[in-house]
Amino acid sequence: MSSMSSKAHMRISLYLPVALLVMGGTASVRAASSDTDFKAAYAAAEAAEDEAGRLRNRWTVTEAALAEAKKAADKGDFDQATASAREAEALAKASIYQATSEKDAWKKLEIR
Amino acid sequence: MRSRSRLVLAVLAALALSAMQPSSAADRPNPAADAKAFRNYFTNKFPNVRFEDFVNGPYALNEDMRRQWEEKEQFPPYEFSLETGKEMFARRFKNGKTYADCFPNQGIGIRQNYPYFDEKEGKVITLELALNRCREINGETLISYTGEDMAALTAYMAFTSRGKPFDIKIPDDPRALQAYQNGKRYFYTRRGQLNFSCATCHVQNPGERMRAEVLAPALGILNALPIYRSEWGSMGTVSRRFTTCNSQIRGVPLEPQAEEYRDLEYYLSYVSNGLPISGPGARP
Repeated sequence: MSSMSSKAHMRISLYLPVALLVMGGTASVRAASSDTDFKAAYAAAEAAEDEAGRLRNRWTVTEAALAEAKKAADKGDFDQATASAREAEALAKASIYQATSEKDAWKKLEIR
Repeated sequence: MRSRSRLVLAVLAALALSAMQPSSAADRPNPAADAKAFRNYFTNKFPNVRFEDFVNGPYALNEDMRRQWEEKEQFPPYEFSLETGKEMFARRFKNGKTYADCFPNQGIGIRQNYPYFDEKEGKVITLELALNRCREINGETLISYTGEDMAALTAYMAFTSRGKPFDIKIPDDPRALQAYQNGKRYFYTRRGQLNFSCATCHVQNPGERMRAEVLAPALGILNALPIYRSEWGSMGTVSRRFTTCNSQIRGVPLEPQAEEYRDLEYYLSYVSNGLPISGPGARP
């Protein structure tokens, strides 16, 4: 420490609070999932899962992620609830993709 | 000159019509050709398995399992269910009628004819559906398609048909052909998070192990139904088999006896025509 110049000291003492502010700011953005965020994520997941249902191709893991999201929201853990809802939406979209692509792809497996 | 232009017009019209056809001849369902190709695929894949033996599923493909099964058959695990089914079948409904009143030949020795396509309703009727309809028209409550009572009833009816070859008909009705085709499509369509179709296990990998199980060939796979499964510790109907297959691949099962499942049963039974009914059966 003694070898550090006073200029360097000053630079650190100036930058550190700014860095902490930025870090703190980022952390608060990350942790800021709210009831509103959850509701939006859940609605999107439900809409995708409804579409998968119309295609008769729902996945058990999507249902599990939706249930997990609801459970976390009931406990007030909106970070977890939002993350689970987003996972459910991604899974539902994958099942929609599967059902759509299989409309013709099944023929490749057929014994002829 | 006039007749030539008429001919040209007729040819053009024919060409336009053929272009409007939704599918090529190759895509048009041909159940008889399908059944032949299906049978050839399995008999070529397993040249040492007798044709009739395909109804025994994994026991036809694995000698060790077969020996264990033969010993088990001396005191078969489906015996209690079979007895229950026989009693249920004979018991009178509140109105004095019985199941026998709902079926041809009093319900004896007819399993091999189910499912069938009902041209009046325009849909596939399975044995399980027919049994519940029989209850309904006689004022009885419906029983679960995946439960023990349905398994017991179908076990008894299958037992009275043992040895009779599957004889599934596809009437000359475009709706019947469509039901068959829908069943085929369901069989080959990948679903669930594991991205498996029925064919992934039972066409591409019969004889291979899935964890501790040896996968059964699709040819003759319904002939032994209903089955006592050691894994379940109980009897299971066709409906139970289909719904658990779906959940095993992480797909949400459809409701038992959904149109898709009835059509699937129609397809799978048709391509196993000629193979004897062996139900009720036992599986690991």
